[in-house]
Amino acid sequence: MSVIIDKIKEKVKRVALVDPKETFESVTDIVSKPMEMKLPSWWLIGFTASISLLILLKVMIAYLFWEGVGIWGLNNPVGWGFAIVNFVFWVGIGHAGTLISAILFLFRQKWRTGINRFAEAMTIFAVICALIFPGIHVGRQWLAYWFFPLPNSMAMWPNFKSPLLWDVFAVSTYFTVSLMFWYVGLIPDLATVRDRATSKIKQKVYGIFALGWRGANRHWQHYEKAYLILAAIATPLVLSVHSIVSFDFAVSQLPGWHTTIFPPYFVAGAIFSGFAMVVTLMVIARQIFNLKSLVTLHHLENMNKIILVTGTMVGYAYGMEFFMAWYSGYEYESFAFINRATGPYAWAYWIMVSCNVISPQLFWFEKCRRSLVIMFIISIFVNIGMWFERFVITVTSLHRDFLPSSWDYYSPTWVDVLTFVGSFGLFFTFFLLFLRFLPMISISEVKGVMPQADPHHGKEH
Amino acid sequence: METVIIEFDNPAHLLEGAKAFTDAGYASTETYSPFPIHGMDDAMQLKPSKLGWIVLGGGAFGLSGGFLMQWWMSAVDYEIIISGKPFFSYPAFIPITFELMVLCSAFAAVFGMFALNKLPEHYHRLFKSNALRTATSHGFFLSVDVQDPNYDEKKVTDLLTKLNAKLVDRVED
Repeated sequence: MSVIIDKIKEKVKRVALVDPKETFESVTDIVSKPMEMKLPSWWLIGFTASISLLILLKVMIAYLFWEGVGIWGLNNPVGWGFAIVNFVFWVGIGHAGTLISAILFLFRQKWRTGINRFAEAMTIFAVICALIFPGIHVGRQWLAYWFFPLPNSMAMWPNFKSPLLWDVFAVSTYFTVSLMFWYVGLIPDLATVRDRATSKIKQKVYGIFALGWRGANRHWQHYEKAYLILAAIATPLVLSVHSIVSFDFAVSQLPGWHTTIFPPYFVAGAIFSGFAMVVTLMVIARQIFNLKSLVTLHHLENMNKIILVTGTMVGYAYGMEFFMAWYSGYEYESFAFINRATGPYAWAYWIMVSCNVISPQLFWFEKCRRSLVIMFIISIFVNIGMWFERFVITVTSLHRDFLPSSWDYYSPTWVDVLTFVGSFGLFFTFFLLFLRFLPMISISEVKGVMPQADPHHGKEH
Repeated sequence: METVIIEFDNPAHLLEGAKAFTDAGYASTETYSPFPIHGMDDAMQLKPSKLGWIVLGGGAFGLSGGFLMQWWMSAVDYEIIISGKPFFSYPAFIPITFELMVLCSAFAAVFGMFALNKLPEHYHRLFKSNALRTATSHGFFLSVDVQDPNYDEKKVTDLLTKLNAKLVDRVED
């Protein structure tokens, strides 16, 4: 038996996760460089652009608070528009970060170390963007605290039987846990930055957040345990979050929403869109910051494989929805789906199908999986397609309901569009700050998977 | 209190060193490395972390607290008829119960880890050692307190020659 295993081991080529020429010290140098180099001009340009979009978002929100939700394109059958579409879009993007940091950790996928910090940061910023939309769409925003079981002047409590309230708990728990997970991962690296810092201010600020970490093994022992436990509880959490988001739709009685396939279909779609966003951002960042020896083509190829798998799952779900609509024999359900593909929103439906189902199929070819240009273009397509998926689910199911007399066509107003565009400003403002001020690759974890980190390295057993 | 700081050139040697010092009876042996080293807990004869029990407590609190909160608010304190559903609709309470269990477990894991590690600890006397600062980048160190009951300068020097390590710093209060 062991002879066979040895033979297999010989055949399976182990890919180096870190360029073999790197040492522990050079890894620290590579990751610290973006925080220590002179402020690059492209960063300032990007930051100015992001801040401008962020101001746009704030102006749109101020206008909304002043004027009310009438400035949005909502109409009578379509009472849910861009706000929910953008919410689900952003929350979905966040899921890749938790998948990489928690699920791949439990599965001992060592390649995650090169990308997990980056993806977790993306998760946190995406969830912040997501939380904006339900927060502002409630009409009377000053009463948004009614979301939470807080005492109020009516002595009433929230309705715990409502999926919308489950969502409040799911997404706020998700945000809190992701933030803590991210911060715990950052502590040893903040200490690294503190110990390298040459200016007093840097030493103080990084020192405060590093909490006095000094790499002692008695600390590492509890630290590793905490990390493992966080990964173990973040795994069911991330699956629950998008399941609960899908309950917002699936628990209602509307044809097109009321389906049992929604939870797994939403989770697959979330991971799909999140990985696409990681690829979009990572392709650029590794080029600019010269991280090629830590984030190799092997890492990107693995992510593209996940995009292929989840994209195919999403495609299967689209097909299965149609099959069930027909097989159920339920007239309204069948109509909802035929209307989706051929009705007034057919354009949105076919954008969704071509971006989400067709474009990732190119990743069957190794050439495409390893080409930076192709993967970048496909990842953009997937981002677009997944936004349209939420648009299709929300709007096409609502715009033609049971009574033909109440049918209507929904189009967003300029306020809808600019609010959505502005949310990218919020995302990229945070992201650029992160790239400049925090280690974007987990220094201690990358070192831990280098061959020389193994105490038995170079010895025969 | 005086502490000696010894540098090793790689994780494997640090592991051997930690084992040798612990076996020699220095209870104050501590190692410092830029990443956790596999097998170090055993080499230093550390007891398993108790963090799991703290998290279990946090999770149990979130689970029961979350469920009881929903029951009390919906079925005791202020009953409201919604879609004719029972006030105590326990299946509908599961998602929030689960989320609160996860939330409290995560708080217990993070703050429990801080408590066990006595973090934040912004001042520590070993921060006075400049040599030790590379432990967060590429250095592998071991420290022993001179006050350790078995401490003997000659024995330590012999151990160091045997382990091929060098004494790089002494930190006093």
